[in-house]
Amino acid sequence: MTRGGFLQVLHSEWTKFRTVRGWLLGMAAAALMMVLVALLAGISSDQRGAPAVPTGPGGEPVTDSFYFVHRPLTGDGSIVVSVADLDSSVPEGLGELRPRVVPWAKAGLIIKESTREGSPYAAIMVTGSHGVRMQDGYFNDRPSPVLAAAVRWLRLERSGDAVTGYASADGKDWTTVGTVQVELGPTAQGGLFVASPQVVEGMGTMASVSTATFGDLHLQGGWTGGNWAGDQVGGESPSFAGYPRPAAGSFSRSSDGFTVTGAGDIAPAVRYSLPTAGTLGNILTGTFAGLIAVVVVAALSITTEYRKKLIHATLAASPRRGRVLLAKAIVLGSVTFVAGLAGAVVAIPVGERLARSNGVYLFPVTSSTELRVALGTAALLASAALMALAVGTIFRTSAGAVTVVIAAIVLPYLLVANPFMPAGAANLLTRVTPAAAFAVQQTLVQYPQVESPYTPYNDYYPLAPWAGLAVLAGYAVASLAIAAVVLRRRDA
Amino acid sequence: MSTALHAEWTKLRTVASPWWLLLAMIAATVALSAGGSSVVSCEPAGCDVTKYGLIGVKLGQALVAVLAVLVISSEYSSGMIRTSLTAVPRRATVFAAKAVTLTGVVAVAGTIAVLGSLLAGRLILPRQAYGHPSASLLRATASSVLYLILIALLSLGVAVVVREAATSIGMILGLLYLPPILTQAIGNPRWQELVQQVAPTSGGLGVTAGWASAAVVSGVLLLRARDV
Repeated sequence: MTRGGFLQVLHSEWTKFRTVRGWLLGMAAAALMMVLVALLAGISSDQRGAPAVPTGPGGEPVTDSFYFVHRPLTGDGSIVVSVADLDSSVPEGLGELRPRVVPWAKAGLIIKESTREGSPYAAIMVTGSHGVRMQDGYFNDRPSPVLAAAVRWLRLERSGDAVTGYASADGKDWTTVGTVQVELGPTAQGGLFVASPQVVEGMGTMASVSTATFGDLHLQGGWTGGNWAGDQVGGESPSFAGYPRPAAGSFSRSSDGFTVTGAGDIAPAVRYSLPTAGTLGNILTGTFAGLIAVVVVAALSITTEYRKKLIHATLAASPRRGRVLLAKAIVLGSVTFVAGLAGAVVAIPVGERLARSNGVYLFPVTSSTELRVALGTAALLASAALMALAVGTIFRTSAGAVTVVIAAIVLPYLLVANPFMPAGAANLLTRVTPAAAFAVQQTLVQYPQVESPYTPYNDYYPLAPWAGLAVLAGYAVASLAIAAVVLRRRDA
Repeated sequence: MSTALHAEWTKLRTVASPWWLLLAMIAATVALSAGGSSVVSCEPAGCDVTKYGLIGVKLGQALVAVLAVLVISSEYSSGMIRTSLTAVPRRATVFAAKAVTLTGVVAVAGTIAVLGSLLAGRLILPRQAYGHPSASLLRATASSVLYLILIALLSLGVAVVVREAATSIGMILGLLYLPPILTQAIGNPRWQELVQQVAPTSGGLGVTAGWASAAVVSGVLLLRARDV
């Protein structure tokens, strides 16, 4: 057959598809359901009046809640301290606490533009089990080359907008941990801080509290304002889990330092620290409804030929059966892709606007991420349609084909979308089953310096977006290959 | 009625696909339940045996739905329905005969699947998980089997209304699988609760029975009112 011959097959398949009203309606329904669910998600949410989510210098959501013992620092200056102890506890039963290692509990020195949540800062700290770290701008984290010792000395120096952190085992030999540029303004706030983030316990998280003993406090330079003040920064923040009862933030003075108790974190916000926030994936939940419609149409596009015996005419007209299947796949894949893209492109802005107008904070995404999610969702639906076409060709009956494909894609997702599903099993399911494709809708990022349940239930998938989609596409291609072989070997 | 019943039983018995579907249903239910039992962690409050040991019902119900849809839609697609309704002109009787036959086979296969799941869970989960034996297990078994029967009747009703297999099964699977997913997108807790309460999968057996009877009644009414 010539190339023109294939175009003819393609054209006839397109004509068949285009002239069945039910199939076009099914595709339109798929797009419409994506939009309707986005509307539902937007309308049903109401968080007007909720406290604002703190955002960092780059506009990203952050957690900026910690206990701060501070004084104003005008111009340049430095602060030195030794950290004797850092003890953390988590709640046990009602109003009881038990000691526990909190890996990212933080105690140390910080210079911050102001006590306002989300303001720029640089800090050097000891942590529960990650050694001495220097952090700034909420996202930057670097370890110290000095190994943690029994008594750890920390020093923070401001020179203009440059802040340098040092660490020492004995207070004599200092090692530079890093120098960072921070916009601090003329008068910044500097001093001691303690933060104690939520810890992963079982399949969820629990709040923790930490107490640090600081000694050998020594100031140099433009420290003014006399007295030390103790404040909980970001105490009302939606990204702050609060103190486990009966603990509370506090500080008390000792002969040459302070004992400070604090909770919270200074870090990027993640799903668990900001449970009220929405994602693009939430807005596109209607993809599942669209998926069912698309799979039904896709299965029908081949099984109807068998039922109406049209398949005999089709295969008599173009005896190269693989080409017929390919032509069907191209037509079906393209139509589904267009319908899915249309649905996503309308659903995303509609859902975003409605959610925002109801006071819901949405995890921010770049426009390229938004484009990836829209294109990926369309490709997800197209891959599912091709899988349904292939399974329909193999089964020749629509009910079985529809069920197999929907169960293969939706059931693993349902199992994973269960807060009690262990992370190991959830990650396995979203790696090897067709449900891996929903990774293409993920917009959240995992941070090594934030301990959190990064599970598919919380919109963190084990595979990268396109890799996840490739798993479903792989299933589609493999089943199409089987379908082509079966179609060629079998009597129609 | 007994003739109609006998006819339906013969139709079901002499075709291979219902038996394969029932076997697949049992195998899938037991396999997924065993998988659920093996990954569930039993702390700190103990395992919910009836929840995880029977998670396979979530998959089994889809195959029950396929069986129920095929009982009707295969007659429509092959034209057999005309013969059936000519032989037994009382259409409600034809429907009832189909419903009774279907209930019978789903009850038997469902019982095997549920008992098999619980047995698998018993072999996998630690012994202390089965703290309260017979009574609660018996209740879990009975309600799961009853649930599967209701899903079969619901599917039968939808299939008569829609008359086309793929669309019927799409609608039923949407009804079974979409509510728990959609509740995730809904921000308002009250709306979430509402969806959970009215969904056939999560509202309790009474709600499932409500859906099934609505589908069966509309199926019977349409079957009587409509040309084939």
